[in-house]
Amino acid sequence: MKIAFTTKGIDWDSKMDPRFGRTEFILVYDVEKEDFTHVDNRSIADQAHGAGPKTAQLLFDLKPDVLITGNGPGGNAATVLEKANLKIYIGAGDMTVKAAYEAYKNGNLKEG
Amino acid sequence: MTTSIVCLIERLKMKIAIASGKGGTGKTTVATNLAKYLSENRKVVLVDLDVEEPNSGLFLNGSLMNQKEMFKKIPNWESENCTLCGKCQSVCNFNAIMKLGENIMVFPELCHSCYACSELCPTQSLPMIPMKMGMLTEYKVEQLGFVGSKLDIGQEQAVPLIAQTLDYVDEMYSDDYLKLYDAPPGTSCPVIEATKDADFIFLVTEPTPFGLHDMKLAVETMRELKKPMAVIINRYGIGDAEVEAYCKVEGIDIIANFPNQRYIAELYSQGKLIYPHVPEFKAELLKAADYCKHLVKEN
Repeated sequence: MKIAFTTKGIDWDSKMDPRFGRTEFILVYDVEKEDFTHVDNRSIADQAHGAGPKTAQLLFDLKPDVLITGNGPGGNAATVLEKANLKIYIGAGDMTVKAAYEAYKNGNLKEG
Repeated sequence: MTTSIVCLIERLKMKIAIASGKGGTGKTTVATNLAKYLSENRKVVLVDLDVEEPNSGLFLNGSLMNQKEMFKKIPNWESENCTLCGKCQSVCNFNAIMKLGENIMVFPELCHSCYACSELCPTQSLPMIPMKMGMLTEYKVEQLGFVGSKLDIGQEQAVPLIAQTLDYVDEMYSDDYLKLYDAPPGTSCPVIEATKDADFIFLVTEPTPFGLHDMKLAVETMRELKKPMAVIINRYGIGDAEVEAYCKVEGIDIIANFPNQRYIAELYSQGKLIYPHVPEFKAELLKAADYCKHLVKEN
């Protein structure tokens, strides 16, 4: 199973990025392999319009099973994510990646 | 005096946009009162271009002349001949079209109707189709022509509606008309669209630090567009004298100071024009009209 996080860094101790469309990084944790990969999304700052669907497209291609984020995706992004067939959990915007993962495992995050 | 000013303005074939940096400074108050007053003696059309929240019409009770649904064109994906090459998404500056697996997805609210994806599609799989974005209404208020457009709820792009509203006005109203545009606040794309066609800009501000801060942004924007401009201070008497100091340094004329009065706010809240009821307000309105006389002389 692969879990995607919206983050401000690329390891367990990084802070989560509460934003979905304009998140700095997407961190993907492979639960079975216990392995991290990441995508640098910082160039999204150059996009004046449509950051949400653009980042959602990235997730569509990464094909994670779960997305853990902060504020949750907006309307256009949600339309894309529906097609990506993944579970979304929100409310982890103020946590570290590690704390967000623990909160997810313990069932403490809200479904988005 | 009034008559001579109006006679001179009568010769003025001009488009004046009434803009501001900060919202809520009194653009609509200035636009509706100036338009109605000038229309007593000459041809005037007022155009409400603040299509996201138009409100000029609240102060002008006239008879409905025309109502028109407004459309923009958006691409519509036809899958039959599409090779999923992805050209459409790579040429879109607005992320309004996306390839998702075996599908092409269009986000109508993000689309700026630039036609790039449609024109550059190698298999012509993206014909443009009309989508309703808003409504234009046209009124006659005694002698005053009034045109205003309103964006539909959920629509994000004000620019195409502003552009089409201006096209309508240019088509329906000859150059005999003085054209006054009530512009949106701020300095973003809708403001550029509403002012780029104007010959002169009136910037309405309030004499407060916040008003000055946003007015400076508006001044910089209008300078970038190479537009001549003058400032109108509304709610004069509150705040400080910094707006006047700034205008002096920058060489920008202040053409009227509309007073801050509770009674004016009461009239406004009742949807009434101010100048028929408040002589101090009308005196300042005459100054704004007088300024137009100077513009004619300079031309």
